[in-house]
Amino acid sequence: MIGVELSKLFRRPRTWLTLVLLDALPTVVAILLATTHLGPRPGQGPAFLSAVLTNGSLFAVAALAIVLPLFLPIAVAVVAGETVAGEAQSGTLRYLLIRPIGRTKLLVAKLISVFSFVMAAVVLVAGTGFVVGRLLLGHQPLSAAVSSVSGSQLTPAQIAFRTLLAVGYVGVSMLGVAAMALFLSTLTDSAQSATLGALAFLIGSSLLLTLDAATSLQPYLPTRYWLSFVDLFRDPMLLRNVERGIGLQAVYVAILLGAAWANFVTKDIKS
Amino acid sequence: MIRTEGLTKRFRSVSAVSGLDLDVRAHDIYGFLGANGSGKTTTVRMLLGLVLATSGSIEVLGHQMPKAASTVLPRVGALVEGPAFYGHLSGQANLAIFDASGPAGSRRTRSARIHEMLDTVGLSEIGRRPVKAYSLGMRQRLGLAAALVRAPELLILDEPTNGLDPQGIHEIRQLLLELNRLGTTIFLSSHLLAEVEQLCTRVGVIDRGRLVVQDSLANLQAPTGRTMLSTPEVATAMAILNGRVVSSDGPRLIVQGADPAELNALLVGHGVRVDELGPERRSLEQVVLELTAARSDHTERP
Ligand SMILES: Nc1ncnc2c1ncn2[C@@H]1O[C@H](COP(=O)(O)OP(=O)(O)OP(=O)(O)O)[C@@H](O)[C@H]1O
Ligand SMILES: [Mg+2]
Repeated sequence: MIGVELSKLFRRPRTWLTLVLLDALPTVVAILLATTHLGPRPGQGPAFLSAVLTNGSLFAVAALAIVLPLFLPIAVAVVAGETVAGEAQSGTLRYLLIRPIGRTKLLVAKLISVFSFVMAAVVLVAGTGFVVGRLLLGHQPLSAAVSSVSGSQLTPAQIAFRTLLAVGYVGVSMLGVAAMALFLSTLTDSAQSATLGALAFLIGSSLLLTLDAATSLQPYLPTRYWLSFVDLFRDPMLLRNVERGIGLQAVYVAILLGAAWANFVTKDIKS
Repeated sequence: MIRTEGLTKRFRSVSAVSGLDLDVRAHDIYGFLGANGSGKTTTVRMLLGLVLATSGSIEVLGHQMPKAASTVLPRVGALVEGPAFYGHLSGQANLAIFDASGPAGSRRTRSARIHEMLDTVGLSEIGRRPVKAYSLGMRQRLGLAAALVRAPELLILDEPTNGLDPQGIHEIRQLLLELNRLGTTIFLSSHLLAEVEQLCTRVGVIDRGRLVVQDSLANLQAPTGRTMLSTPEVATAMAILNGRVVSSDGPRLIVQGADPAELNALLVGHGVRVDELGPERRSLEQVVLELTAARSDHTERP
């Protein structure tokens, strides 16, 4: 069943189009940087963009930072919003359920396929970033040490390890949005509505983060700790916010999936 | 095979199905007849556990639904309100996906079963093209193939001939008759009287959510105890039969008495020529119209 869900996801041309678009943005940025050599000054623009001009390997992380605020969550919301509502819209949901597939099982399979998509997307962005960065930017040898965000030197092995952690963390950060879109996907029979609802949730959260009046709410906003993956590149690693970020996503996922499950197992399938 | 008691479904204030007592027996071809909006699809959805009943009980293949869905549904093939597929994939790939999604679809025999089924419904040449390029009737055929691909004991088909051409309807009818002969019980909903008349052994008629009759087709079409007669010499015949004629319509007369032979002897004895003579049988259409009309007389709502 899970295999079938995965094959459905990755046999859909739209999935691949989304992944290509997701990789296109960092690639364009890399080309621009390589041709102009105009990196943002340190502390401005997306994280790590000033450092990549000297060391292209860092562009893996920079690429994550570029897609993180908008491109990646949109892609995740599209795919997760599609899961149940898309099947309802096309009418295939009723045929899956009478096949029969238990409703809980279907939801779990959908969840796993969304999670696989998120991880595939993040890994692909980081991988593309690495390759593009090596090809176009800072041609330092792979073995050269890299300055951390705190200014000290990190060995290539440390950078590689921390990049992997960052990939994992960014993936986990997307789970709240994914769970929201999945929940909405069980509520409505329109994939678009579910996606837009999840994006509204995301944009609302980002907006409240910029508002001083919302300070008391901010620790609970799903996007609050997204950029904390930068802390992984401090020396020593600063894990407090990363841990909070993971905990917060876990809470969102548990609540929203609980709601999705409660709604879906008792729902009249009228599509 | 299917037995419901007091099956009721309300959508908010709308009562879609009320107090339905269905009884579908093994080896029946059961025709579930009803006008648009009478509750056929809602009933089918409840039988399959897609929609939860407001009250009443459902037993399918001897088990309670929807509680026993995981044991019942692998033995059931169904078409609910038209087929549905993944448009970008081929017909073959669609059948394979559905087959692989649930139990009782052996991977070893999958491709053989699918090919055989595509062949049976006449899609063998087109099975590789994406479904979005299929016509309405081709999709309907593919939907039937999907319902049949695991040789179910019970087929629940909601308007199976929707969108098919006369040739297709004929083929599907032959296919269903053949499956029934081999032991498959078939429950099919339809608003087409002729279809049910040609195919079904038992009939249930649903009108605005209520079952108004459930009986074998033979019983419903039983002779009425009158004789139908057609003659070019209507006036003479009426004079001879004086008083026994119930109604006349052009050359056709309906005459009291269930013995065509006696009537024939009488008329021929008087030199009246007879074109046609036989016991009067009501058509399913008449039965249904009478029953539903009777109901509308008694319903208080406008
Ligand atoms: N999702 C729904 N919400 C509210 N009412 C509904 C819903 N689905 C069906 N109904 C109502 O239930 C009744 C029965 O509908 P149903 O679809 O079962 O009819 P049907 O016999 O299948 O008709 P048709 O021949 O047109 O397919 C109708 O009055 C319809 O308006
Ligand atoms: Mg219907």
